[in-house]
Amino acid sequence: MSVSAAPPPRATRASRGSFFERLSQSRNGLGLLFMLPAAVFLLCFLTYPLGLGAWLGFTDTMIGRPGVFIGLENYEYLFRDRVFWLSVFNTLFYTAIASILKFALGLWLAIILNENLPFKTFFRAVILLPWVVPTVLSALAFWWIYDSQFSIISWVLMQAGLISAPINFLGDPWNARLSVIAANVWRGIPFVAISLLAGLQTIPASLHEAAALDGATSWQRFRRITLPLLTPIIAVVMTFSVLFTFTDFQLIYVLTKGGPVNATHLMATLSFQRGIPGGALGEGAAIAVAMVPFLLAAILFSFFGLQRRKWQQGGSD
Amino acid sequence: MASVDFVDVRKSFGAHAVIKGVNVHIDDGEFVILVGPSGCGKSTLLRMLAGLEHISGGEIRIGERAVNDVPPKDRDIAMVFQNYALYPHMSVADNMAFSLTLKGASKSEIETKVKPAAEILGLSHLLDRYPRQLSGGQRQRVAMGRAIVRDPQVFLFDEPLSNLDAKLRVSMRTEIKNLHQRLTTTTVYVTHDQIEAMTMADKIVVMQDGRIEQIGAPLELYDRPNNLFVAGFIGSPAMNMLHGRLDPADGQRFVTGDGIVLPLAPGHRGTPGTDLVYGARPEAIHLGGPIPMEVIVIEPTGFESQVLGRIGASNVTCVFRERLSVKPGERIDVSIDPAAVHLFDAGTGVRL
Ligand SMILES: Nc1ncnc2c1ncn2[C@@H]1O[C@H](COP(=O)(O)OP(=O)(O)O)[C@@H](O)[C@H]1O
Ligand SMILES: [Mg+2]
Repeated sequence: MSVSAAPPPRATRASRGSFFERLSQSRNGLGLLFMLPAAVFLLCFLTYPLGLGAWLGFTDTMIGRPGVFIGLENYEYLFRDRVFWLSVFNTLFYTAIASILKFALGLWLAIILNENLPFKTFFRAVILLPWVVPTVLSALAFWWIYDSQFSIISWVLMQAGLISAPINFLGDPWNARLSVIAANVWRGIPFVAISLLAGLQTIPASLHEAAALDGATSWQRFRRITLPLLTPIIAVVMTFSVLFTFTDFQLIYVLTKGGPVNATHLMATLSFQRGIPGGALGEGAAIAVAMVPFLLAAILFSFFGLQRRKWQQGGSD
Repeated sequence: MASVDFVDVRKSFGAHAVIKGVNVHIDDGEFVILVGPSGCGKSTLLRMLAGLEHISGGEIRIGERAVNDVPPKDRDIAMVFQNYALYPHMSVADNMAFSLTLKGASKSEIETKVKPAAEILGLSHLLDRYPRQLSGGQRQRVAMGRAIVRDPQVFLFDEPLSNLDAKLRVSMRTEIKNLHQRLTTTTVYVTHDQIEAMTMADKIVVMQDGRIEQIGAPLELYDRPNNLFVAGFIGSPAMNMLHGRLDPADGQRFVTGDGIVLPLAPGHRGTPGTDLVYGARPEAIHLGGPIPMEVIVIEPTGFESQVLGRIGASNVTCVFRERLSVKPGERIDVSIDPAAVHLFDAGTGVRL
């Protein structure tokens, strides 16, 4: 640390000064003081709702009726609930497939955008569009794209003579799952692509040149230079991407409301449906709390993924 | 190992011509240094030889093979970059072995090549470290080690010493030269530092503004610079240049613009009646003689004294072996060795 407080000239001075004088000399005291507003803010708007939600999960609260503590009854009920387990499966499937696709396509796009192509800045700006459009709006657009009668995809395929009847995108369980994943991937790619592009630009060109002179093909350069140097960024980006995807709500809610036959219900949408329209606040809260272990696992995973690698440590430049 | 030829090589970035027709022949095993002021196109020329820049015109040959369309990975060339370009995520050993790993060499083969190279460079105890954990000089060595392991046709160096401190630079200079004498691999070395060029090269190529000014052995350039640019660029302290004409009376002496008469060797090639530049290196000026000089600054270094003075209105630098006890502002008398004088045409800058 470059800014370390010099020890007071005389030890007695600190005890004689006023409280504020002592506070202004103390690193820890000042640190706590400066953290206070943020801490209060977090406590009010984050910890309180979270705590309340956790507490609700242990009660039988309904809308309009304060509940009583019922221990783990909600969880025991969910454990035997086939729909809840279906939503767990849906969430994991949705998160896994969408994240993998976002990563692969995002990396591919980032690499293309990192090349010297014409209108580079234009493309870099355009690629952000799916990200800046409000989710609900893009979800509505996808709703039309996936419409059972007016879908443009069906229309194009029918014109091309590839299919004879419109595809039932959102009416069939597996079609619906894949359709919402496609919409989520479309929305999530810009974040991944732009972040990875930023990461790519931190890799000095001379490393690629040195590798080329050392005899590396372009695949070998990607595999042995680009990818390893990009891992720290990939870990951050994919952690965020997984968290966003796992807790996704808006897209599903607009597109399918969890249907057909709960095939696209994610834990977040099921929690909302049971809790608000269904009125069972306690049960909805319990579903939401059940997401926490998964999220913690993802965070732990990234915590170890994010640790500074050996080659990033020691020395200075 | 191989010879290298540049045949009328040209390069432009868009409409901006950077290399304007370069012809150089480099013998097998030769240590050639490209030297010139910053921005004159040295790095560009080197990168074209490496295959990192496209060649806009002319031909580059390595050995008998024209390499214009050969990608860098197939040119069998090793390059030491100014910023070293070490792979940060690989240990020193892996950095040095990278080219072998790419070829799928066996572990034992890698070891038999990396170990001796590490020993030559004194890197044996650092093989497990990562680049971040090394000092500048050590990184420089690793970059060289990576090149040595390759055993390439040609070594390229692009200002490899400019990120090191002055003392380390001097010792690395000796080390690189020593290494070349040991490996005898054809080497092309780029620097803007004429002292580096003078001390290390078999042959120096002086460049300015995308053109070659002169090619020759270090002392050849020092003793017979082709033109004013080379004369001023090579040598430190730089050559003194005084403007004037031949003495109209007999043409055997030089008269500066402010009327000071300076000696010339008989048989000089100056043309009467044209503007000339009289070049005298600092060590060609001696104490005692017919030319009065006003002392401005004295810099004794112990071994010799460098004196900045004024002859007529021109500033002149001299280096004397004698110890002087004069003060700034005083006058001393000096002479110039006529055999060591260079004459240039002031208009074209060409040596006469
Ligand atoms: N990629 C490039 N695009 C445009 N101009 C360049 C590029 N690289 C170098 N130049 C120009 O070419 C000239 C020579 O550059 P360089 O070879 O790096 O000089 P040196 O190494 O002798 O200092 C400079 O004027 C520089 O601005
Ligand atoms: Mg350069």
